[in-house]
Amino acid sequence: MKACYIHSAVSISAQNTFETVFNLSESKPLTSRKANSNHPPYKTYIAPAALRRMATGVKMGVTTGKKALEKANITMPDAVLTGTGMGCIEDTETFLNTIIANEEAYLTPTSFIQSTHNTVGAQIALGLKCKAYNNTYVHGALSFESALLDAKLLINTDESQSVLVGGVDELGKEFIDYTILVEDQNNGVKVPFSEGASFFVLSSEKQEKAILLNSLKTYSNLTEQEIPKVLNAFLLENNYQTQDIDAVICGNNGSVSDSYYNQARAVFPITTSQLHYKHLFGEFFTASAIGLFLGVSILQNQHIPDALVLGDYSKNSLKTIVLYNQFNGRDHSFILLSI
Amino acid sequence: MSNLKQELKENIIELLNLEEFSVEDINDNDALFGDGLGLDSIDALELMVMLDKDYGIKLTDPNEGKEIFQSIAVLADYIEKNRSK
Repeated sequence: MKACYIHSAVSISAQNTFETVFNLSESKPLTSRKANSNHPPYKTYIAPAALRRMATGVKMGVTTGKKALEKANITMPDAVLTGTGMGCIEDTETFLNTIIANEEAYLTPTSFIQSTHNTVGAQIALGLKCKAYNNTYVHGALSFESALLDAKLLINTDESQSVLVGGVDELGKEFIDYTILVEDQNNGVKVPFSEGASFFVLSSEKQEKAILLNSLKTYSNLTEQEIPKVLNAFLLENNYQTQDIDAVICGNNGSVSDSYYNQARAVFPITTSQLHYKHLFGEFFTASAIGLFLGVSILQNQHIPDALVLGDYSKNSLKTIVLYNQFNGRDHSFILLSI
Repeated sequence: MSNLKQELKENIIELLNLEEFSVEDINDNDALFGDGLGLDSIDALELMVMLDKDYGIKLTDPNEGKEIFQSIAVLADYIEKNRSK
């Protein structure tokens, strides 16, 4: 089985993660209930004729995908894999609202065509003229992880030499307000809801600055009590013990289910730095892709931004990172990274 | 007629997200497809829906569309002669 390395990681998010060198020193706290991404000038990356039909998520996905390939010096990947929780919700809302407003007549094609969940993966492939394997995973908060697992298996089994994989979600305009309403009534997510796209190039080739994607495991359901056992077993399967882990990055979002993260964090000794990120990047179904972007960036730069530190922080050398994410006690994912 | 041409230019810019263009950039005789505004087949469908919805004109023959969508001037002339709204 071949090892799987992450050659590049690019993210558009609520913070300035796209154009600046990674440090988050100028990160801004999110003050509103909904936080839009910090958008780069898309005209630099996408032809105007294509850009005019693209909704926010497509612009973000195509741009991060393109830059991830450039950073990895790849012109044509062997596969394009995308994860998205809500797909192109902007155009879905437009299309459905048009049906209502026009009493099911006069339906225009653009918003319908662009409303499908696989629009981002398709637009990336169209831009590259890439006819390789192309798949989109839509599995709630495990959408990105499902795409990542597929990508990792393609590399591990030597079916692909380089894979472009990413997670993308856009805020939209209306449906998100109902989501917020439900969360607020159920003591749910407290951090702002947001959007973003993070793409990675995976390869079996070991390069300088490449990060090893050791392992990835997902669970639809786990109880809080099962977390320590599952986490310890995950590390042991990869010949690691808790004291070997330099940092653990959790997806705390302020909801009652943060108690799962407390269980996970308690597994690690005081020497393991404890980090979080959704207070700066918001919550959405593929926010964990930003978690992976941060994990990769921390290992590559050997630096933990102060804004990410949740509890104890003691390590100088950073070799191994664990990421844990879940949403409302469901869709759990564990990712192990190392250099 | 000039009001209709102005209205068509505004609607086309908004409907087709032609952010690069303003009404002043589109001459009455500019080609809408190809080298002019650079519209494509999806835009043609959008324009056909616009004709039906806004002016009560149903196009059934695709070849008819090729003639009508030549330019703003030709389109406005066709609408004036065939509109039911």
